[in-house]
Amino acid sequence: MAKGDPGGTTRSRRAAPRSKKGAAGDPALVQLLTPEGERIDSATGPDGTEYRVDFTDEEYRGLYRDLVLVRKLDAEATALQRQGELGLWASLLGQEAAQVGSGRALRTQDMAFPTYREHGVLYCRGIDPIMPLGLFRGVDQGGWDPNEFKFNMYTIVIGAQTLHATGYAMGITIDGKTGTDDGEAAIAYFGDGATSQGDVNEAFVWASVFNAPLVFFCQNNQYAISEPLERQTRVPLYQRAAGFGFPGVRVDGNDVLATYAVTRTALDNARLGQGPSLIEAYTYRMGAHTTSDDPTRYRIASEVEAWQAKDPIARVKAFLEKQQIADAGFFAEVDEQARRESVHLRERVLEMPDPEPVTMFDHVYPNGSPLLDEQRAKFSRYMESFEGSAH
Amino acid sequence: MSRIKTFNLPDLGEGLTEGEILAWLVKVGDTIELNQPIVEVETAKAAVEIPAKWAGQVQAIHHPEGTTVEVGTPIIAIDTDPGAGPLDAPSTTATPSGDLPTPSAASLAAVQVAPAEGMVEPGLIGGAAPGGRTAVLVGYGPRTTAAKRRPRKGAVPAQAVAAPAPAAPTPPPVVAPAQNGRAAAATGGVLAKPPVRKLAKDLGVDLGTLTGSGPLGSITREDVQQAASGASVVVAEPIAATTAPSFGADREQRIPVKGVRKLTAENMSRSAFTAPHVTEFLTVDVTRAMKALDRLRGRREWRDVRVSPLLLVAKAVLLAVQRHPMVNSTWAGDEIVVKEYVNLGIAAATERGLIVPNVKDAGRLSLRELADALTDLVQTAKSGRTSPAAMSGGTLTITNVGVFGVDTGTPILPPGESAILAFGAVREMPWVHKGKVKVRQVTTLGLSFDHRIIDGELGSKFLRDVGDFLTDPEAALLAWT
Repeated sequence: MAKGDPGGTTRSRRAAPRSKKGAAGDPALVQLLTPEGERIDSATGPDGTEYRVDFTDEEYRGLYRDLVLVRKLDAEATALQRQGELGLWASLLGQEAAQVGSGRALRTQDMAFPTYREHGVLYCRGIDPIMPLGLFRGVDQGGWDPNEFKFNMYTIVIGAQTLHATGYAMGITIDGKTGTDDGEAAIAYFGDGATSQGDVNEAFVWASVFNAPLVFFCQNNQYAISEPLERQTRVPLYQRAAGFGFPGVRVDGNDVLATYAVTRTALDNARLGQGPSLIEAYTYRMGAHTTSDDPTRYRIASEVEAWQAKDPIARVKAFLEKQQIADAGFFAEVDEQARRESVHLRERVLEMPDPEPVTMFDHVYPNGSPLLDEQRAKFSRYMESFEGSAH
Repeated sequence: MSRIKTFNLPDLGEGLTEGEILAWLVKVGDTIELNQPIVEVETAKAAVEIPAKWAGQVQAIHHPEGTTVEVGTPIIAIDTDPGAGPLDAPSTTATPSGDLPTPSAASLAAVQVAPAEGMVEPGLIGGAAPGGRTAVLVGYGPRTTAAKRRPRKGAVPAQAVAAPAPAAPTPPPVVAPAQNGRAAAATGGVLAKPPVRKLAKDLGVDLGTLTGSGPLGSITREDVQQAASGASVVVAEPIAATTAPSFGADREQRIPVKGVRKLTAENMSRSAFTAPHVTEFLTVDVTRAMKALDRLRGRREWRDVRVSPLLLVAKAVLLAVQRHPMVNSTWAGDEIVVKEYVNLGIAAATERGLIVPNVKDAGRLSLRELADALTDLVQTAKSGRTSPAAMSGGTLTITNVGVFGVDTGTPILPPGESAILAFGAVREMPWVHKGKVKVRQVTTLGLSFDHRIIDGELGSKFLRDVGDFLTDPEAALLAWT
């Protein structure tokens, strides 16, 4: 939010000088690809860590493909909600780079704990993108196996997953799976609003004092639903880590390369047994909080336009074009693949069967429970009391 | 599978029951693509665009703009295979802003054979009333669980909820009772302190029918007592009473407060109870100004321009602001924000209620540009297409109450503004002109201003300048510019 924002004239008067917002020109912001698509060889974090990436042309193209697909599938889900096929959808529009960058930095053995918006990370984990749509359509609980994909269930309770992740990471240490190049680590996703939650602060304390191999990955998309960042914090969020005793770094969350580099380093530190760290991926939620929200009621168009210029996909495309890593044929092919996959996604969503009511008793306990069996029997009898009942 | 697919209004938020059709982005006969935006709908939560669920050709539009539609109601029919030849009968023609369409037999048949997937069970949709009113849900709606539930075995089938849909479609009696029910339920959301609620209960006063005069629109003890004593109570009524009120058996109508009405109420209450208003009046002889307008209209280059008295008032205000910039300011707690730019608001009565779009940076416009901007603003408002951006950021407002045939008023400031001018009707009146009583064209100006910023002296000077310009625009232009 630069000068000229009328909302800022009354609000930010008391803000400490150090909490000045604005990604551009912020020395603490790790960036390897500018909004114009210029590559920066290396960037230095606040603690002196040097960040760089060395991708092959094929890998660069792969990242672009991920970003475009993730955006297209997300747009299709939003459309499906507007057409009455999903009850709700939390769009990731604008946060593709933060999710793909961090998602691709994960190794197979690393465990991720998402919020309800991490569709991009889910995609990178190799999970069928249809899975979260079942949850938002209300026909199942999400459906993927968290152990198989090393990606926990979507967590709706704000910040709760940071405690789950901390416990999991402490378990990694107890199992003795840290301390080597091939050790394990966990990553907990959350937003700027969640940093105001008690759960998140407790997770910081526990992860810190138990030296848990955990990366706290905060996507600062500037709004906690309608509350702007200045109502969440008076210091940059990454600086909070210092108070808890672990390193924090702010990365350009619209820069997929920098996000990848920073996340990979943090995960490697964790797996080597060097404890937790906090990454603040500085980004912007271009869409609504969820499909039930109307962002035009609390933020101004010029702010959205300013972030539009920092689009995470446009800069990768500009870079690929300038460096002649990809040609028009490649971009068309990716667009066509995205279109195909979104149509396929739509077809499969429309075919999702409604669950039988009695299935709500399934999957509560692995081996059943007498009390639940009794309830199930009672409920079945009730359902059978209706005409035309198939039970 | 039928060619014709009917799209029902989905629940766009979580647990919403209705939405208002703001604008159709397609019309009957249009060819549309999958996910192409077709309609803008405003719910209690947000105004959103709905993308087309199928590609094809628009076959029928079931509700005009401005209609509030219950979730689950068919709103559009799409021919998914228009290339396969004509349908049996001509399709419904409906203009987006016109009267309610009259569905033809063909589109009705289509509605019945092809309900939207997943939303409604076949046979639930009643289609159009015989009188050709509208396609509505009959008997029971798809959104209630009761409607989807099968009848209990051995249950008496006469239960109202589970009554079978009548074979012949009936007119929509659903609307008024539903609104009554909602208003009654909303009573719980009325702001009133517990003792006031107790008093209302004891006196038999329904809080939901009162307009609160307390802070934040809360209902005070006095409001309740006044209502109980039979004194007249101001009840919020929609400006757009284009449809006749439908009274229930109790001969009262409950109109849910929502949309523009709700926003207006909130803004007016907030402004009235935060900015100390002062209102001054000035009656001026505008005979010369009216003649000047006539001369302007007669000029060749102004032939196609709409020249109204409002144009002169706007110009008068803009010039007076240049002479008294403090009038164009905002009270911001511990500072006053004075603006060099004037975003000139024009209060407009529309079918959706009062809106106040503004002409951005009006002070920089030539008279001709100002005339065009005002015409555009009014036409956009009347057609209901005013964008939120056009309604935000106003710095000073004119309310042209004269078009309603009244002389003046004590306008309430739009929040964030420090002055608002009411422009009354221009009437022929006996007036002392050059020492003799003559019939002159006279109008009364009413200026409300925020006394935290503007003292009586400044407010009076400003109003006097506006009046001077309207008395003799040529002289004022020569003297001031």
